[in-house]
Amino acid sequence: MPDQILFALEVTLNGLMAGVLYSLVALGFVLIFKASGIFNFAQGVMALFAALTLVGFQTGQVPFAHLVNVLFGTHVEHFGWTMPTLAAIAATMAVMVVMALLVERLVLKGLINQAPIILFMATIGLAYFLEGFGDIMWGADIKRLEVGLPQGLSETIDAATFAWFGYGFFIDRLDIVAALVAAALVVSLTLFSQYTRHGRALRAVADDHQAALSVGISLRAIWVLVWSIAGFVALVAGVMWGTKLGVQFSLSLIALKALPVLMLGGFTSIPGAIIGGLIVGVGEKLFEFAVGPLVGGATENWFAYMLALVFLLFRPQGLFGERIIERV
Amino acid sequence: MTGGGEARPAAEDRRIGPAILEMRNITLRFGGVTAIHDISFDVREGEIRAIIGPNGAGKSSMLNVISGFYRPQEGEVWFRGERRRRLRPYEVARQGIARTFQNIALFQGMSVLDNIMTGRLNLMGASILAQALWWGRAEREEVAHRGKVERIIDFLEIQHVRKTPVGRLPYGLKKRVELARALAAEPRILLLDEPMAGMNVEEKEDMCRFILDANDEFGTTIVLIEHDMGVVMDLSDRVVVMDYGRKIADGPPETVRTDRAVIDAYLGVAHG
Ligand SMILES: Nc1ncnc2c1ncn2[C@@H]1O[C@H](COP(=O)(O)OP(=O)(O)OP(=O)(O)O)[C@@H](O)[C@H]1O
Ligand SMILES: [Mg+2]
Repeated sequence: MPDQILFALEVTLNGLMAGVLYSLVALGFVLIFKASGIFNFAQGVMALFAALTLVGFQTGQVPFAHLVNVLFGTHVEHFGWTMPTLAAIAATMAVMVVMALLVERLVLKGLINQAPIILFMATIGLAYFLEGFGDIMWGADIKRLEVGLPQGLSETIDAATFAWFGYGFFIDRLDIVAALVAAALVVSLTLFSQYTRHGRALRAVADDHQAALSVGISLRAIWVLVWSIAGFVALVAGVMWGTKLGVQFSLSLIALKALPVLMLGGFTSIPGAIIGGLIVGVGEKLFEFAVGPLVGGATENWFAYMLALVFLLFRPQGLFGERIIERV
Repeated sequence: MTGGGEARPAAEDRRIGPAILEMRNITLRFGGVTAIHDISFDVREGEIRAIIGPNGAGKSSMLNVISGFYRPQEGEVWFRGERRRRLRPYEVARQGIARTFQNIALFQGMSVLDNIMTGRLNLMGASILAQALWWGRAEREEVAHRGKVERIIDFLEIQHVRKTPVGRLPYGLKKRVELARALAAEPRILLLDEPMAGMNVEEKEDMCRFILDANDEFGTTIVLIEHDMGVVMDLSDRVVVMDYGRKIADGPPETVRTDRAVIDAYLGVAHG
């Protein structure tokens, strides 16, 4: 096979893998948007916050250490113990559930029946708050996240492709894990929403608030539930991205990549979030590969938005979004 | 007359119990509009209680007060012998008061079966954790509830659309699915807001039969808003008549029909 095609194939595979990570973030958006019609600007920061908290628990960091030291003249930094990864993940999840409860209590409850734009603004506020809060709680330095996921070149794939094509593909093992995790997440979310009582309640709320109330569903309880699930998805995304790039402020910006993904996939479709992520991932890698050299590179920064824009022109509801029917 | 035909057995022959629901001096205002003005009435266990009146009389508002969607400024609701504190709609539903809406509120994206299953959400016990840990038990529970729902589907003769997304059904069937969902909750009281509005004669007759059967077979107490006088006469044990937010008559259908104030209210509308 000609080298160029093999090379393009490798780029495509890598794009798919990168796309999975975009999908993970987009998934969090879709969950909240479907259930409550809120575009949660804070989803990216939630991923950052979850990753920070996870590292903090793992390494036995004292929360608010800087603040405590300044206020009391102490010099505490670490508790002196480390927490096993699984325990740290469970503890972080507990923190995300508490966050969901607080968001419902302090933000959503007061804004019931407000216009979507107001709720959107509230989540922008939430994003900035959570960003600052994460800094104060765990410090602003870049942290390494190590949860025992494999990383680096997958030798199996390298060897196999070399044997077949005489050209070894470079695929990061972390990306493979991310793809598997994303698949498992989507399957379990689907099972949950199709076959459990709370899943059915969640779909009901997403469909019609009034009807949901009439069959005895508490909207507020469901909102806590969705924000908790979105917190869980943020944790997964935070772990994947954090392992890849280190836990740092720029993690929260991956949310911006989720935006074109959502425009492609539709704001209300879980499969849409996945497919959209893959398209963006593959698209931007291939575009960079094919067109990048001609225009001086760095196309990955804007390609996704351009693609989304083109899409908006032809299919504003996204690939899988509900048809927008104008009532006249 | 579009009703079922033969006359109902007299109230005494059926098991009609003491008052299960009492509305006492309910007043409900929206800004300057008084939708309900100091109205009291009761609903007895096992009966079919109709609320009638011209457009804008406040009938739906009354149903919304009972189901917790509206909160009256004044008055008390007594349910099963106790004064009810201010409840949210979902809490009312959990106490066993199910309802349908004048403008149909179904889950458009879900299948008929799923819609009706949501009616049973409150009867399902397992918590989220339990559902995850004991998948088998959750599944058995689901199967048991499915069985009940299938019986309701048979009862309302909607087997042929079980898997159809509700959004695609014609209006008359939607109304029927909404009734099915409410019945699935096995409610103590069933509130029906114009269940036959917009139906053709045949559909109306079916609906009448379902309502009577639900009342007979499950002993469900029913509060019903309906415009069609024939239907009301056939179905109901007692009737509350409202006009401009006030109660102008209350009693068995045959007395109410000949009531001067009622005739005037209806004629007034006809001429207005
Ligand atoms: N949510 C609301 N906000 C403001 N006004 C309302 C609201 N709901 C009802 N009203 C007013 O209360 C009055 C009674 O309305 P309601 O819907 O209860 O009448 P109805 O008897 O059900 O009429 P119809 O036969 O047309 O259904 C009307 O004047 C209506 O405009
Ligand atoms: Mg009405």
